[in-house]
Amino acid sequence: MSVAIVDETSAGTGIARPSDDILIDIYRKVALIRLNDDRSVAVLKSGRLSMPYYSPRGQEVIPSAVSAALREDDYICTIYRGIHDMLAKGMPLRDLWAEIAGRITGICKGKGGPMHLTYPDKGIMVTTGIVGSSMPIANGLAWASQMDGNDKVTVAYFGDGASNIGAFHEAMNLAGLWKLPVVFVCQNNQFSEHTTYAKSTAAERIADRAAGYNMPGERVDGNSPIEMYDAASRAVERARSGQGPTLIEAMTFRFSGHVYGDDDAYMDPAVKAEAVAADPVPRFRSWLLSEGIATETELAAIEEAIKVDLDEAVRFAETSAFPEIEELQRDVFADEDVK
Amino acid sequence: MSGENVVNILQSVNQALADAMADDAKVVVLGEDVGDPEGGGVVGATQGLSTRFGETRCRSTPIAEQAIVGAAIGASLVGYRPVAEIMLMNFTAVAMDMMVNHAAKLRYMSGGQTSVPIVIRTMTGAGFSNGGQHSDYVEGWFAHTAGIKVVAPSTAADAYGLMRSCIDDPDPCLFIENIPTYWLPDTAAVPGSRVPLGQAKVTREGTDLTIIAYSRVAREALAAADELAKAGISAEVVDLRTISPWDKKTVLASVSKTGRAIVAHEALRHFGPGGEIASTISEELFSKLKAPVTRLGAPTAPVPFSKPLEEAFMVGSKDIVPAAKVLAAYK
Repeated sequence: MSVAIVDETSAGTGIARPSDDILIDIYRKVALIRLNDDRSVAVLKSGRLSMPYYSPRGQEVIPSAVSAALREDDYICTIYRGIHDMLAKGMPLRDLWAEIAGRITGICKGKGGPMHLTYPDKGIMVTTGIVGSSMPIANGLAWASQMDGNDKVTVAYFGDGASNIGAFHEAMNLAGLWKLPVVFVCQNNQFSEHTTYAKSTAAERIADRAAGYNMPGERVDGNSPIEMYDAASRAVERARSGQGPTLIEAMTFRFSGHVYGDDDAYMDPAVKAEAVAADPVPRFRSWLLSEGIATETELAAIEEAIKVDLDEAVRFAETSAFPEIEELQRDVFADEDVK
Repeated sequence: MSGENVVNILQSVNQALADAMADDAKVVVLGEDVGDPEGGGVVGATQGLSTRFGETRCRSTPIAEQAIVGAAIGASLVGYRPVAEIMLMNFTAVAMDMMVNHAAKLRYMSGGQTSVPIVIRTMTGAGFSNGGQHSDYVEGWFAHTAGIKVVAPSTAADAYGLMRSCIDDPDPCLFIENIPTYWLPDTAAVPGSRVPLGQAKVTREGTDLTIIAYSRVAREALAAADELAKAGISAEVVDLRTISPWDKKTVLASVSKTGRAIVAHEALRHFGPGGEIASTISEELFSKLKAPVTRLGAPTAPVPFSKPLEEAFMVGSKDIVPAAKVLAAYK
């Protein structure tokens, strides 16, 4: 499976280009994810931070475009490689950084860490470290919206590897059966941990699996902001209007190994080089400039503002206190006295 | 027991669900076959609920335990109080990831930002020749997990009151129903009453030894105490009712008084919950004990099908009485 080189103009696809404001909003999220990744790697390399880090590098566009199609009160459930999904949905950098540094000021008081970041204020309801577990819970959030008669939509993010787990099929069936307002966004980065798509997945396309669950399934170029936004907008609208779930298979590529620090010798260097050469972030940036959607000054200002926020977030995290040992058995149950 | 106050455990569970659904529109029931078109549950525990409250609030699901518990978790994160039925306790193995990695841990891992107020109802127990995959007591798996409460009533009134408390509780609860004792006539609970979680009950007072049990075996303990009385041995019986968190205070107070203790359950003896309780008694009351704490549980084998084997497997009065006599002989 090769990496598609996107024509951001979507010429010939018949897809309408979103407004400039939406495109710039998507870029702001993409840049945030990219710069946060740079900073995470830099701080990890410096030895000031120790955490399991599952880089979303290369997959920035997918949640940026999906989130641009969502409302603030919509929900997401994501996975351990989901920091990009959360940043795109509005996770504040300070809360995130204090959490991944294990500080009491972290959004989960330092007790969740990078694999369990949660921020209900922006609809970031569950982050799971278990492959395949975001979908069954996303169904429950969507079921609640259905029962409440509101029009909130839930997005379940997961990877291609998760589509081989039983929970995926149980969740897809229930969502299709109950016509739940959920959008399943499979980020097909072509690796299940260390194993290639070809060696782990019988289906040629994960999107084809949707047919068995009576829902639309669509494969799109996840690295194309226009295609991704278009597919997400249609799926979100379908869910919001009570027509049920959609499976989107967003094609992308994971630029690094499974977890930070692993030897990625299992990744074909030629395939990886091709993907990195087609890095969606600079490509999107150049396109915005060439189309006159934004000026260099405007994009640089966006990036500078993010860097300032990152400086402040890292400073906040590093100067915050670790939790007191009393925190260890707090939040096990609502009642602290129950041991 | 007489007249309209006589119900069985199954009816009490049903009544508790109906009363909770009537009191709070956020209480919903889901699981395999729970709706009336599907029979209101394979033993009828949810009969009448979908007719009375609608199939949205009492919803039959596919046979998909991960999807069932996942849906319950998700809905509970945003204000619902789902009661999910996992038909048989062995099937919790299929939903283990949702129960252990998610329901039990989301409060903690989110630093208290989210909570999972769900009840998972499940039934189990040997006695009906259901063999190795339909009869197990695996409460130890869940009692060993931080963040989930484990409840196992032995009477109709406790079944009602504990179910109401589980539904009220802000955290996930596993509610274990014993199949062979479902239909025994018993005294009904006061409508709306609650039995607090984590609170054991001394169901019979005695002076020579304490029998600590729960679920079906708590009834067996009472039968054993009757028989022991005939032999001049006065047994106190403590029905734990909640397995996790268990009521140390009541158990330790009883054993402080009697100086001898038997912990009995239908789950396997080795690595069973009885080990935790017996060990705590030994640690806390070492100087007061007149005899070693005895654990009774099933032998290390899957639940067998053949009747004589199944009867031998099931801990009951037949096991408690001789063990108590051995303990009483310690002076």
